Amino acid sequence: MSGDERDQGTTGGSDRGRGGRNDGFDDLLDAIEAGEGYYLRCPNDHGSLPPRRVCPHCGARDLDEHPLPESGTVATHTVVRVPTPQFADDAPYATAVVDFGTVRLTGVVDADPEAVETGMTVGATVGESRTSGERLVRFVPR
Amino acid sequence: MSEVRIAGGGLTRFGRFPDRTGRDLFAEAGLAALDEAGVDPGEIEHLYFGNFMGELAEHQGHMGPQMAEAVGVRAPATRYESACASSGVAVREAVRTVRTGEADVVLVGGAERMTNMGTAGATEGLSIAADDLYEIRAGMTFPAAYALMARAYFEEFGGSAEDLAHVAVKNHEHALPNEHAQFRSSITVEEALDAPRIADPLGLYDSCPITDGASAAVLVSDDYAERAGLDAPVAVTGTGQGGDNLALQDREYFARSPATADAAEEAYADAGIGPGDVDVAEVHDCFTIAEVLAIEALGFYDPGEGIGAARRGETTRHGDLPVNLSGGLKAKGHPVGATGVAQVVSLARLLSGTHPRASDASGARVGLAHNAGGTVASATVHVLEVVA
Ligand SMILES: [Zn+2]
Repeated sequence: MSGDERDQGTTGGSDRGRGGRNDGFDDLLDAIEAGEGYYLRCPNDHGSLPPRRVCPHCGARDLDEHPLPESGTVATHTVVRVPTPQFADDAPYATAVVDFGTVRLTGVVDADPEAVETGMTVGATVGESRTSGERLVRFVPR
Repeated sequence: MSEVRIAGGGLTRFGRFPDRTGRDLFAEAGLAALDEAGVDPGEIEHLYFGNFMGELAEHQGHMGPQMAEAVGVRAPATRYESACASSGVAVREAVRTVRTGEADVVLVGGAERMTNMGTAGATEGLSIAADDLYEIRAGMTFPAAYALMARAYFEEFGGSAEDLAHVAVKNHEHALPNEHAQFRSSITVEEALDAPRIADPLGLYDSCPITDGASAAVLVSDDYAERAGLDAPVAVTGTGQGGDNLALQDREYFARSPATADAAEEAYADAGIGPGDVDVAEVHDCFTIAEVLAIEALGFYDPGEGIGAARRGETTRHGDLPVNLSGGLKAKGHPVGATGVAQVVSLARLLSGTHPRASDASGARVGLAHNAGGTVASATVHVLEVVA
């Protein structure tokens, strides 16, 4: 990439300090923020997240966008008490993997970390790290 | 096909040496391995070197030639990076090269400098073994990833933090006589349970420490060992490697490690043995739950049965299958890129009777080394046997 392209190519995005926008990932965060989240689905009904050209479960290459369900359930979770520097002011916080049926997402739960439980119903939104301001997937209890 | 013998091994002390460079750590381990083997550096035909985060810790890439130079080897030198399995993968490449006859004498090793980064810096460094966009940006750390697996294990199979504490207590006790180990102190189940939580349900004593250190081994063909009159009674008779989706969220199960199972299946078939033939094992216990997942995926226990193995005493030094007699990553320490080769060196010493815990493995003929990367998106398994 030339310097000119780089100058024109990066405006905003989620990744202060990490060098530019990430097509696919930032597009998904934009969509979740607008209430229009989606995921990729292969003909064998496997879900995955962009950017992807190949289904990570079966290798299929024809992936279509499908709406992300309004809510999912916490599949597993933890309370992070020793964070990376990017989350220094956020800790303690709950990180969870949430099952949306055919696809799963990892994010921070907007709740008392001690109150998060497996099976809890949450929806996906976009928030920011209190420390770095970087955008991230947040789950809101429903 | 040549049989691959372990002619010599070298380890630095594992611990907190923030001012020591990676090149000096590896020089110590590499020279010790060459000296123990009685092999001149000029004989080495290739260096296989494992390192995970030299760029972050030391602003150093291209470490292969640097490390060869550090031990006086002038030969092709390649760095392997597979997170915490970096030098396990390097062992596998070294074994395959000697087997095919491409080389008769190779040096394999690894090094990691970590404590100079501080706890937060090392936590960040380790996290890059996960998916940056979908895991690290969601606040996942290395302990958090294993905590997610531990919680899933408890909910699928049962088990408790107390069961995990028994794994930590065992590995600390095993490390007591090991002069290379970072921790040589006993802990109790109560102390482990009372320790601060890092990522619930995992606490400080469920986690391996942040460690500086290096490891090395000289691997030779059986022909060369005979020609040169080397004392090399232990052979690498099986090698296997497995892979999985990088991000936890894309795995079918959180509480199983198919990459380990695949690596084990391949290594067992290669060596012509099964899990029941293994007398002693060094497995990748970066966290206590990791040891549980490992001993299940390696076929020593059915899923859900490994959690109680340490509590029941089966994997202690007095048990039927001692696991991590060197102290494991938990107590010996985990200089990430050095770990895979350190396991092989420790196991060779256990089998040849030169390890401080060798009396707890007396009569052992078959050993297994298991090295894992990230949340086990990479895994290697090596089978070692006494052949001479
Ligand atoms: Zn598919």
